Amino acid sequence: MKTRKIKLFTAVAASLLLASCGPQTNNKKSGGALSSSAAEKVYVAPGEHDEFYAFLSGGFSGNLTVYGLPSGRMLKEIPVFSQYPTSGYGYSEETKPMLNTSFGFVPWDDAHHPDISQTNGELDGRWVFINGNNTPRIARISLTTFETEEIIEIPNSAGNHSSSFITENTEYVVAGTRFSVPIPQRDMPIKDYKSNFKGSLSFISVDPEHGHMDIKFQLMMPGFNYDLSHPGRDKSHGWFFFTTYNTEEANTLMEVNSSQNDKDFIAAVNWKKIEEYVNNGGGTMMPAEYAHNVYDESTHTATTTMKKEVLTVDPLKVPGAVYFLPTPKSPHGCDVDPTGQYIIGNGKLSADLTIHSFDKMIAAIEAKKFDGEAYGIPILNFDDVLAGTVKSGGLGPLHTEFDGKGNAYTTFFISSEVVKWKLGTWEVIDRKPTYYSVGHLMIPGGNSRKPFGKYVVAMNKITKDRYLPTGPEMEHSAQLYDISGEKMELLIDFPTHGEPHYAAGCPADLIKANSKKIYRLDENKHPYAILSPDQAKVERKGNEVHVYMSTIRSHFTPDNIEGVKVGDKVYFHITNHEQDFDVPHGFAMIGQNTSELLIMPGQTKSSVWEPKKVGVWPFYCTDFCSALHQEMQGYVRVSPADSNIELSWSLGDSDEE
Amino acid sequence: MKRLKILIPILGIVLLGACNNAAPTQEAEPSPTNTLDKTEGQAFVEDDVSNPNLLQVAIKSADHSTLVAAVQAADLENALVNAGPLMVFAPVNEAFDKLPAGTVEDLLKPENKDALANILKFHVTPGKYTKDFLKKFKKLGQANDQSVKVEVKGDDVYVGGAKIIASVEASNGIIHVVDAVMLPPTE
Repeated sequence: MKTRKIKLFTAVAASLLLASCGPQTNNKKSGGALSSSAAEKVYVAPGEHDEFYAFLSGGFSGNLTVYGLPSGRMLKEIPVFSQYPTSGYGYSEETKPMLNTSFGFVPWDDAHHPDISQTNGELDGRWVFINGNNTPRIARISLTTFETEEIIEIPNSAGNHSSSFITENTEYVVAGTRFSVPIPQRDMPIKDYKSNFKGSLSFISVDPEHGHMDIKFQLMMPGFNYDLSHPGRDKSHGWFFFTTYNTEEANTLMEVNSSQNDKDFIAAVNWKKIEEYVNNGGGTMMPAEYAHNVYDESTHTATTTMKKEVLTVDPLKVPGAVYFLPTPKSPHGCDVDPTGQYIIGNGKLSADLTIHSFDKMIAAIEAKKFDGEAYGIPILNFDDVLAGTVKSGGLGPLHTEFDGKGNAYTTFFISSEVVKWKLGTWEVIDRKPTYYSVGHLMIPGGNSRKPFGKYVVAMNKITKDRYLPTGPEMEHSAQLYDISGEKMELLIDFPTHGEPHYAAGCPADLIKANSKKIYRLDENKHPYAILSPDQAKVERKGNEVHVYMSTIRSHFTPDNIEGVKVGDKVYFHITNHEQDFDVPHGFAMIGQNTSELLIMPGQTKSSVWEPKKVGVWPFYCTDFCSALHQEMQGYVRVSPADSNIELSWSLGDSDEE
Repeated sequence: MKRLKILIPILGIVLLGACNNAAPTQEAEPSPTNTLDKTEGQAFVEDDVSNPNLLQVAIKSADHSTLVAAVQAADLENALVNAGPLMVFAPVNEAFDKLPAGTVEDLLKPENKDALANILKFHVTPGKYTKDFLKKFKKLGQANDQSVKVEVKGDDVYVGGAKIIASVEASNGIIHVVDAVMLPPTE
């Protein structure tokens, strides 16, 4: 342990030294954007569109943010795992079920790794998937409505980190557990972790038509920490690779105890083999409890189904399906190049990158050249599978993406830089500082068979002095680099929301023509929708009052309601009758213990109000919808609980004639 | 977008107000939005999914080709497609024909653009009311900042002396087709 500490210290010192006399000398006072025409490269004239969409995870915001590149302009925040008062997501009756789990309603999560659906290993721009790390979940977001359409909880998992990565034809979205846990969960001493805890790797099938997700099987692996993962590409399609750390199986003071082994593993999983095994009746169904939440666009409503069992697979029962590739220094990122030949382990406590060869791995497996086993899973010889090492000179490699021109780009957290290197020769071509302590990086399509190698976005953990200070809490910072030339060129900084762990980028042309403008009112199947204002009504069912309301510029129908009593539970079911692009209406009621609603054209949303005080209480439209927006309001008269005033409602009735 | 949306109706109103030719004021400077390129603005947003707006409805109506030509000559396209809601009293071609000979041709001349705009704005009310609902009104405040009288005769509604002969809903308002051109009062 002592020697370990010293080693780390010298490494840090070395990197500081490198940093002080290294590549960082050519920046800051170089004249900046103007002299290098960087400004021109990121300038998107008013009214013009960006060339790429970028979907940045919001980390602890639980959401996904949409940016345009190269401008770095934020276009939208899509609520995924967190309640979002801006639209009423997770507050409206229709969207509350999206956040149901086996633990009940969980209104937040830690969103990490977005990945765009693919066909033949290329981005197809249909959906983006993202994982919730804390209460393990995977979400699917439509890239026509830019709304979260589905969330599936992952049982037998904890710290859902090596997720949500997509196979070549979106056959599966894969979710691996970071924390191993007792499976099934039970009351047991923590110190008995070793050999008792398990790590599950979940393969979630995706319906090719609707995108609906279903857990096909869970592979029950030894109790290591499964950190990140990546599918094989092209020649290695059919395999999936997972980095591990804590092969020590420590359960306390992990920062020391899980760094004892000189090498951990990359687990290589032949999922096609397991799929075949499962399709032939293999695997063990075990009791489980997990929520599956699906949003139906025609009813504008989400429903939750609680699932009761999950199919598990013991890797030892499927010979030839799982192997371990020794990889130095607690590897973090696990990346596969566009040809599928190279599997890159980013050893986060190391200065070097380890690159394994897929061909060599297959040859070693065929020759049965093993270096022992772990829990019955064969371990391959490090030297037999090694393709090469990148001696980068940086420290703390985390993630690698590709430009499709034979180059790879790796982030280094400790030395705060992006390093460009050449696949096959492993030589370092260029390095540029980031500001500061970069995590993931993203090249649009850069983890697929067909990267669009024009820009790389570096997503940093530390901001410090990059922007005007905003108190102790600063938004994180991203940097955009032009990578079209031999050397990278820093173009701009832009702040990002939450903590963007990873991002997925896509040419705008793949998505923008499909972006929905309105929901057709005549296709609205919401049970409380009204398709014409003359269907507006108010109904009482015991102490429940249901208001069937419509909106159009610039009034609510009805806008005067009487006969509501203290103790009632009032449901406002509001259908927006606009059929005009970008004309939502909002709804908010004074004293309501929830957020507003923002209702898109043709959509129905419902909001609950439990009036507590007698009086006449106003509601109004919260979105500046029209020139008469300020007139878009109404009143509800609330009478005492024992009042006998009948329900009545109206619009436009007045006594003065 | 939200911000833009707020801005446009306000600008729209400012614009409508600022060009009030009937009551010219010395300090009236051309609004900066007047520099909008002829092909910029909401009227030129590509959208074949939304329901048609007031301008699109008018363009599709063969009976309103004179009105549409006048709107285009006065550069009022963008005002008719904004969030509104707007109520447009749309004289049919025959109504323009009833004006003294040469009137329309004169108004379409570039030098009479402001006078034309004033007349057209007198045909527009911020708000959206059905013909029946209009019976509740005695007068309406028009977009050129003048008022127009509403009269009910039997089942018919007359606005500024023009009779409503049909009504068509648009995404951002309503068009009441009228049988006469409404001339702004001169005071």
